[in-house]
Formats: sequence, structure tokens, C-alpha cells
Amino acid sequence: MSAVRVLVGTRKGAFVLSADGKRRKWTIDGPHFGGWEIYHVKGSPVDPDRIWASQSSGWFGQVVQRSDDGGRSWQPVGNAFAYDGVPGTHQWYDGTPHPWEFKRVWHFEPSLIDADTVYAGVEDAALFRSTDGGASWHELNGLRGHGSGPHWQPGAGGLCLHTILLDPHDPQRIYAAISAAGAFRSDDGGNSWRPINRGLHSQYIPEPTAEVGHCVHRIALHPSNSRTLFMQKHWDVMRSDDSGDSWREVSGDLPSDFGFVIDVHAHEPETVYVVPIKSDSEHYPPGGALRVYRSRTGGGEWEPLTKGLPQEHCYVNVLRDAMAVDSLDDCGIYFGTTGGQVYASRDGGDEWEAIARDLPSVLSVEVQTLS
Amino acid sequence: MKVRVALPLHLRNLARVPGDVMLEVPGEPTQRAILDALEARYPVLRGTIRDHGTQRRRDFIRFFACGEDVTHDGADAPLPAELADGRETFHVVGAIAGG
Repeated sequence: MSAVRVLVGTRKGAFVLSADGKRRKWTIDGPHFGGWEIYHVKGSPVDPDRIWASQSSGWFGQVVQRSDDGGRSWQPVGNAFAYDGVPGTHQWYDGTPHPWEFKRVWHFEPSLIDADTVYAGVEDAALFRSTDGGASWHELNGLRGHGSGPHWQPGAGGLCLHTILLDPHDPQRIYAAISAAGAFRSDDGGNSWRPINRGLHSQYIPEPTAEVGHCVHRIALHPSNSRTLFMQKHWDVMRSDDSGDSWREVSGDLPSDFGFVIDVHAHEPETVYVVPIKSDSEHYPPGGALRVYRSRTGGGEWEPLTKGLPQEHCYVNVLRDAMAVDSLDDCGIYFGTTGGQVYASRDGGDEWEAIARDLPSVLSVEVQTLS
Repeated sequence: MKVRVALPLHLRNLARVPGDVMLEVPGEPTQRAILDALEARYPVLRGTIRDHGTQRRRDFIRFFACGEDVTHDGADAPLPAELADGRETFHVVGAIAGG
């Protein structure tokens, strides 16, 4: 019998939502680490009982928690994230040099082949890797050191490395995205990196087509076609069919092409989901109506999905790591809001229901499909 | 000597201790000696009170002893003798901040 586990990171703890494969009756377990900000919780595809949680606080800094029993119990592991060598400077908001300082882990990406290996995207932006189950962390310094690092500037949420994609067809290929530096790719297992931002146009930066400086909010790919990438940028929804070498806009008929999340249907590589947000000054859905938009054409043409979602007086946001899909036959789509709701669809987005309604503000949602 | 240390709720939870902890601190008590002993007993607290590398106190942490704020006394400055044997408590405090 299959089952689904939804891992939810919030401003005040982590929650584990569980259901059998029918996905009709949910149990909520939590809060784990109550009172702490949990930026991300994600399970290993190699060993689903191994789960990583990023626990942080403005007072007490970063803690990394690992579960080896599917989230029932947790053990703190290593939390020392030291930049390699002399950290140097990036740009501050006013363009002046600012020393690189570790603040928190935004995202964990467990290895596709080894349960003891996990990548961590951190603020100030850098990529770390542990190969010993989280006991120690080492920076993959080719990313910050490839040349453009001193020119990176933080987005409003900080200079964060928030997206890490591991290519299921090429273990040497890794994608990363940073706000507000852009997207980057490594073809040698994370040793060397290059920006992949050609085709992005960001009106709000001095050079709108610059090699770096773009506020990429999220990138997603479908495992069957890892050369095709979908991106939700600060403004614009983008698509690449050459592993990020070039991008084209596919915002099409969206009511707003600002937003944070983007994801791909588990079984349909051209079916893509976004949640349009009114603007970068008004972080809520247009018209106070929470709508997921689905494109079955890989972008360009989008349809609003509204059934079961609040269509008036809704002013929540959906943050960049807060959407995920399961891989059951009828693909489940999940997303969490800053209002504390977690919505799920059992049918690829046609109908939605709240499977948690009053959690703290949701920072991240990940899904594990268990057999 | 033995020193009693009071931790804020979140650090007690992290260290899995129900209340104050008694630590064996070598020599005269200083911030550094107490925190070294605390982190040796509870490695999970490394990085939560002071930075791993620089050992700098985290911004929103303060230290109190005998009703006095000793935060800025320096890591190696002697702390009040009343801390000896737990007669007074060394308080690690998370600053009250926010709204």
C-alpha cells in the first residue's frame, strides 16, 4: 500500500503530514522544534526514512537535524558551516563590499545515490556538501569563486542559495539558484560553475541582461527530461531546453508573472504549475483569489485552478520552497501558504482541499511518496 | 569548581536538560571557561551561543551573574566569586527582541 508524507517547514517548527495512498485522511505530527524557524525539511530518495531539517533562529543560529526513522525522532548533527579560505566580500544593498557571513541553511538537497551525502544551500550564498551524514560540511567553493561572486547582491530576503537541482541522468551536473545573483550550473560534480542566465531580462537592475544579478526565485525540472528547466523569476516565468544555456519567457497569459514557486507534474513533463502573486510590492494573489495556474503546454498557455481554493479575501503568499508533487498515479500537488494552510490536490490540480489550515506561516513543503 | 548555568528554553530543549545545569569549570570562572565546559558537556550547543570559528558571542545573547550584566566584561575576565559551587547562577539569556 502506498503512502504519502508531506514535510512542512514553518516559522515556528516542522510538521509531518501523513496519509495513505488515497490521500483523503491526514494526520498531522508536530510541531517538531517548536518556536524555531524551519526553512526546509527534505527526505533522502535513497532512504526515505532519512530526513534533513534546517532549524534556525535569529538568537541561536543554525542547527541541523536528521531523522533516521521517517521524522518520528531527530538527532542534531554538525552545524559548522565555514566558508572555504578567506571569505571575501559580496555587494551589499547599496553596492558597497560586504563580508560573506553565514546566516542559515535555506535548502537541503539529499543525494540521489548516497544517503549520507546531502547538499546545503545557505545564506550568504554558498553551496556546502556533507558526505558523512551531516557530521561535517564543506563548501564547494567553485561557485562563489568562479568570478562573479564579489558582484552578487542580496535580494529582499537575503543573499540566499535556495535552489539545488541534481540531474538524475548525469551525476556530475548540478544546478543552483541564488537571489539575487541568478542561476548557475556545474558539469563536474560541483567543482566548477558558470552562470546560466542568458535570455533573462530584469528591468530593475542596471544592466537588464547582465550575466549575473537576476533575482531567480525558483527552478524546477522533470526527471525524465532534465535538459528542460522551468524558472519563476522575480518577474517572468522562463523556460530553457538546453540545460540553462538559454532561456525564453513563457509567462504567456498569466495574470501576473511575479511569484515564487514553480513545479512540474510527476508524470507529464510539459505540465507546469505556478502561483501568480500580484507584484513585488504586494505579496498576495491578484484580486485576493488564490489560484494555482497550470500549463499543459510547457508554459505560454495557462489555466487557473480554483476549485477548493479561497476565491475572495485571501492575501497569503506562497514562498519559493513551498510547493511539491507526489508521484502517485494521479499526481498529487501540494503547497503551503504564509497563512499556515497546506493545500493538496489529488488530481493534478483540478480540485484542492486544505490538509492543514492553521499552522504557522509555511516556509517549505516537500513530499515523499512511500511504497 | 562547580558552576550553575541557566539556559534559555530553546537551548535547554536542544541540550535535552530540564533545568539549570551544574558544570565542573577548571580554575576561576570566566565566560570562556564556562562556555568551554558547557559545550564540552553538550556539543549540540556549539555555535548556538558563540560562533564556531571566531568564538564571538552571538548578537542576541547576553550573560548575567549576581544581578549584573557581564556580557561585555570580556571572555577571560574573572566573574563574581559567588558563582563558585552554584551559590549564584550564570545566566545565558536570549535578548527580548521583536514585537
